[in-house]
Amino acid sequence: MTGFAAYLVFFLIVALTYSIVVMGLNIQWGYTGLFNAGVVGFFAIGAYGTAILVGPDRAHLIGGFGLPFPIAVLGGMALCALAALIVGLATLRLREEYLAIATFGIAISIQLVALNFESLTGGAQGLVGLPRPLFGLFDSPASYNLFYLGVVAVMAGLVYWALETAVRSPWGRLLKAVREDETAARSLGRNPARVRLEVFVLGCVLMGLAGGLYVGFIGYVSPLDFLPILTFQIWAMLIVGGSGNNRGAIVGAVGVWALWAMSGLAISRLLPVAYQSQGGAIQVILIGLLIVLTLIFRPRGLIGEAESVSKHAD
Amino acid sequence: MLQAIADGILSGSIIALGAIGLTLTMGILRFANFAHAELVTWGAYMALGVLSLTGAFMGPLAPFSFGVPLLMATLVAMVATALLALAIDWLVYHPLRGRANHLTLVFGSFGVSLLVRMVILLLFGGAAQYYSNTLQIAMKVAPGLRIMPDQIFTLGLTAVIVVALHLFLQKTRLGLSMRALAENPELARVNGIDTRHVVRWTWIIGASLASIAGVLYGLTVQLRPEIGFHLLLPLFAAAILGGVGNVFGAVIGGLIVGLAESISVLFIPAGYKLAVPFMILLLVLYIRPTGIFAGTVGGGKS
Repeated sequence: MTGFAAYLVFFLIVALTYSIVVMGLNIQWGYTGLFNAGVVGFFAIGAYGTAILVGPDRAHLIGGFGLPFPIAVLGGMALCALAALIVGLATLRLREEYLAIATFGIAISIQLVALNFESLTGGAQGLVGLPRPLFGLFDSPASYNLFYLGVVAVMAGLVYWALETAVRSPWGRLLKAVREDETAARSLGRNPARVRLEVFVLGCVLMGLAGGLYVGFIGYVSPLDFLPILTFQIWAMLIVGGSGNNRGAIVGAVGVWALWAMSGLAISRLLPVAYQSQGGAIQVILIGLLIVLTLIFRPRGLIGEAESVSKHAD
Repeated sequence: MLQAIADGILSGSIIALGAIGLTLTMGILRFANFAHAELVTWGAYMALGVLSLTGAFMGPLAPFSFGVPLLMATLVAMVATALLALAIDWLVYHPLRGRANHLTLVFGSFGVSLLVRMVILLLFGGAAQYYSNTLQIAMKVAPGLRIMPDQIFTLGLTAVIVVALHLFLQKTRLGLSMRALAENPELARVNGIDTRHVVRWTWIIGASLASIAGVLYGLTVQLRPEIGFHLLLPLFAAAILGGVGNVFGAVIGGLIVGLAESISVLFIPAGYKLAVPFMILLLVLYIRPTGIFAGTVGGGKS
């Protein structure tokens, strides 16, 4: 493969991994109106959970269970569910903002654990040398990456299919009902708090799945992969693509990640070395502007939510 | 232990000043402004900018490490921060108000916080900075307790501001309107309170207090573009602990959060200090979501 094709494969693996996170956020925000401000925290729990379960035995570290990759990913997802339950039970019966604040808090706390609990997470160095699933079967890294792109694409496709099926089911209509008019939903005998909790846990578990896939691809975890900016990037992907629409979530993930990668490239080419740290700031400013301007001028995003009208309406 | 308590009260009073503005905007404008903490950073750096521009360092007022220039710079920073807050409200929050999902506002504030922090990083760079290089000798007040004069100044100033704000909210017409709007917006509007006027002053007061908090933070710790990001959770914890919309509650909440952070270091590794506000927050939300003093909006759905 030429350099460009190899880069494209690499780019798509990361973009599709993020698209799973964005779809998880979409079921929370787009369909149910839950504001998760700690996306990166759940992504990190999935990644670290997977890394600890899949990693080889190391004398100075807790963990090293050497479990098969799929089981390790499931373990990471289970940890995400637990964290989501703890936060959700405390906040989902309160005003919506409280969920935003609490999830923001859990992301910060996860980052602190990643940095400070060295015997579990490897601290600032992270956990390196994690086995990549089925790596031995391939003769070159390039062909392995192509295989992994297939894995991530299939997983993203499965998540898309499952979510589409879910939101078209009666349960899916219930989500929008809770988002639009909670009182009406309650008067029909539904329990909005319970629905919110279900959706919140489901979305966070998907973020954890993406974290696990990310670990399988890069083969290590380090706190630097889970900086708070990722939460903003994921949000920008959802808003730009169009919340309330799973295709929009995927389009937004690929589009915004492309914009991020290209602006980073442009800045590293154009700016003198002395100003490179400022270049990072410009990249983040682009994300901030993207968020604010889309909200003001195109709140529905690129694709946007489909109008849902009852078939009994005229 | 004594030292930890003194340090906790000090950082608590800075948190309190920031949390007052946050609790006012949450109570009156009814959204959680994630960009509020960035006003703290902005205020701190505006004062630094004024100091470096004027350059006329007239020498510190003994025993403090700063002099008249910093006090003047703080006044300029208060104006600059209030202007920024009003500009953000006009450019971003105003167009977003009244949208179907009021969380859109919270999300807009998310984007704004990124923009403000990164503009500061662009203008001033990422390295830690200080208002002055004068080294201050801590005075030994009691066995095992050292305090710097700047810290006493910080405490005194916070106390004065809280009392003044209390009088303002109790005695003036504007203060009364603000309380009324926080208590019951519909009723306040029916009674002919000019909402836009009150909203404007909410921003001005909140931003001014945030900028003072920023200057005091820069004075007693250091200036970094991440000040606001690190303060966000303590500010929210303080505002919610004290009851949203409750100024006095925010002050007590700030002190409790500051003390808890500072004392926690005696029991848990210092690296986890930043997680203490999160623990307080979860605890409050589980046990008493309305805060200690049952804020006006509290945790109930509104």
